[in-house]
Amino acid sequence: MHLQIHGVVVSYQGKEVLKNLTLEVRRGDFLAIVGPNGSGKTTLLRTISRVLPPERGTVFLGGKDLARLSQKEVARHLGVVPQNQTAVPDFTVEEMVRLGRFPHQRRWQRESRRDEEVVRAALEVTGCLPLRERFFNELSGGEQQRVIIARALAQEPELLLLDEPTSHLDINYQQEILELLRDLSARRGLTVISVLHDLNLASHFADRLIMLGNGQIQAAGDPWAVLTPDNIRSVYQTEVLVVPHLLTGRPLVLLPPRGPVTSAETAGKAGGGYAEPPARRVAGLRGR
Amino acid sequence: MNPESRPQLDGKEKWHHFQKDDSAVSSRRRLVKGPPLLVFLALSLVGAALYALTLGPAAIPVEETVHILLERLPLVGRYWAQSWPTNHQVIIWDLRLPRVLLAILVGSSLAVAGAAMQGLFRNPLADPYILGVSARAALGASSAIVFKLNFQFFGLSTVPLAAFLGSLLAVFLVYQLGRTGTLLPVGTLLLAGVAVGSFFSALTSLLLVFFSDDLHQVFFWLLGGFSGRGWTHFLMVLPYGLLGQGAIYYYSRELNLTLLGEETALNLGVEVEKVRRQLLVVASLTAAASVAASGIIGFVGLIVPHLLRLLVGPDHRFLLPASALGGGLFLLLADTAARTLIPPTEIPVGTITAFFGAPFFLYLLRRRRYSGL
Repeated sequence: MHLQIHGVVVSYQGKEVLKNLTLEVRRGDFLAIVGPNGSGKTTLLRTISRVLPPERGTVFLGGKDLARLSQKEVARHLGVVPQNQTAVPDFTVEEMVRLGRFPHQRRWQRESRRDEEVVRAALEVTGCLPLRERFFNELSGGEQQRVIIARALAQEPELLLLDEPTSHLDINYQQEILELLRDLSARRGLTVISVLHDLNLASHFADRLIMLGNGQIQAAGDPWAVLTPDNIRSVYQTEVLVVPHLLTGRPLVLLPPRGPVTSAETAGKAGGGYAEPPARRVAGLRGR
Repeated sequence: MNPESRPQLDGKEKWHHFQKDDSAVSSRRRLVKGPPLLVFLALSLVGAALYALTLGPAAIPVEETVHILLERLPLVGRYWAQSWPTNHQVIIWDLRLPRVLLAILVGSSLAVAGAAMQGLFRNPLADPYILGVSARAALGASSAIVFKLNFQFFGLSTVPLAAFLGSLLAVFLVYQLGRTGTLLPVGTLLLAGVAVGSFFSALTSLLLVFFSDDLHQVFFWLLGGFSGRGWTHFLMVLPYGLLGQGAIYYYSRELNLTLLGEETALNLGVEVEKVRRQLLVVASLTAAASVAASGIIGFVGLIVPHLLRLLVGPDHRFLLPASALGGGLFLLLADTAARTLIPPTEIPVGTITAFFGAPFFLYLLRRRRYSGL
């Protein structure tokens, strides 16, 4: 077991946000955390990264109690990619990624050869090498996100935590980044835990999902086990249609139209892209 | 944790999924590289110092100045016969040299403290007095002047001492007010600093209302200056200046990371609270010691680090030493101008530095699309 969370309770301003949460993640897993806003997804990430210490319960990483490690030690094992980066001073891309080596550096030494190699590898894996001389502030959202991931990778972590890494990106960037993450976890044994807003992206790229609702894990397991209309109805309070994805076979969550719709209306509006006109009602259709 | 079990990045895998990006060339470049700038500043500083020593009511030629200086060195000194008037020797050694050295020391301390504040508060408009150091020192000094506590204490008059103690009290007060438990949230600190600062300024003004005869003397002390400062002042500030700057430089990397935001710095392994606490205290004390010696000299701690950051970038491992050298140079030039512009009157140094303040802020206004630090 790589990451273990035992009975963790986290409160924020007097209100319990995570209630007695227990979770185990294996090394090399790509775990997606889904759930509605306010269900505690970000709080869970921040508890794992130790920014928010739990009231009760423990977090174990590789068998070590996270609460007992120094800040630097935690940073050697764990990299975090936040949702967005606040305004940053005039660092170049390379400088930004180099900052990720801090947990491994002694105080007075200059960048070692190893540091430079790791930085270079991180830039290369994220496709940022051509950007290295540019100023971070001048990059597009997608490019900046890749650089942040590169910086987290430069920490040489065993576990990578991401908070909605693609929510503000175009679909091409979404695909690139999620493929990168899947690659890193599948081929290099990096454990990836990512909060994902989009259920279908989670289904497509992650090995395992947990669905949070109200500070508790409402469902956990592989995508088909978690993304069921019943689960989604109880957590999101909405009716959905779940069908197998045409190409991957993974569950695809669809929002059915509410109320009767004629094919003429939808054809005019959408202009293609549907496999078949969504003229049938929800009742009578279930996933699998 | 077994190192081999860590996911390795070997970089051999090419990333083909990403589309081609735009040109790799940036629209703007950093103007100067770190090491050459440091060398340039160091040389300029030495040159300026030497030149400053020659200037004054008694103009002493350069060679003579150099000889006078070298004469005191243990080995080399013997080679020059004493061929200059003794009063020149006194002027150089007892009047000008301590003043020049003090100006450099104070300038560098203020600039480094300012850079630290700007980094900690992630705000390019922060200066070393941001926690109200100056207001407290002002009250301390004014009280000393006004209550006629003008005696010698270890060769140091009470005014600087009172100013320094005032600042210490200030930092302590703001720290206590600004913290929640062991945390030091930045916003609260600022507010505490402003609150205490205003209060003390008000007290100072009140004091001056009642003791208006001393207004003149207090005013001149407040404006800041180096006239009449000697070796005792220099030696008093020296430990704080050197240790303070050294301590701040010790945290260069942490300062770099703090610029990214509190949570990011935490995630990267910085003990944000501890570093912030230590840096604030050290920077404030360094500023306080400077104020004690030479009054409240504004703008050095604000302008110098800010401009240098535009030149060398935000990496504090270069920015801090560059600020030290640049600050020393700037204040040295300002002080030299202060004492030579309208002889024999001395313009307060604070006035000269303030003159640079206005164009600086205008320049900032014009560059408004430049965002962040």
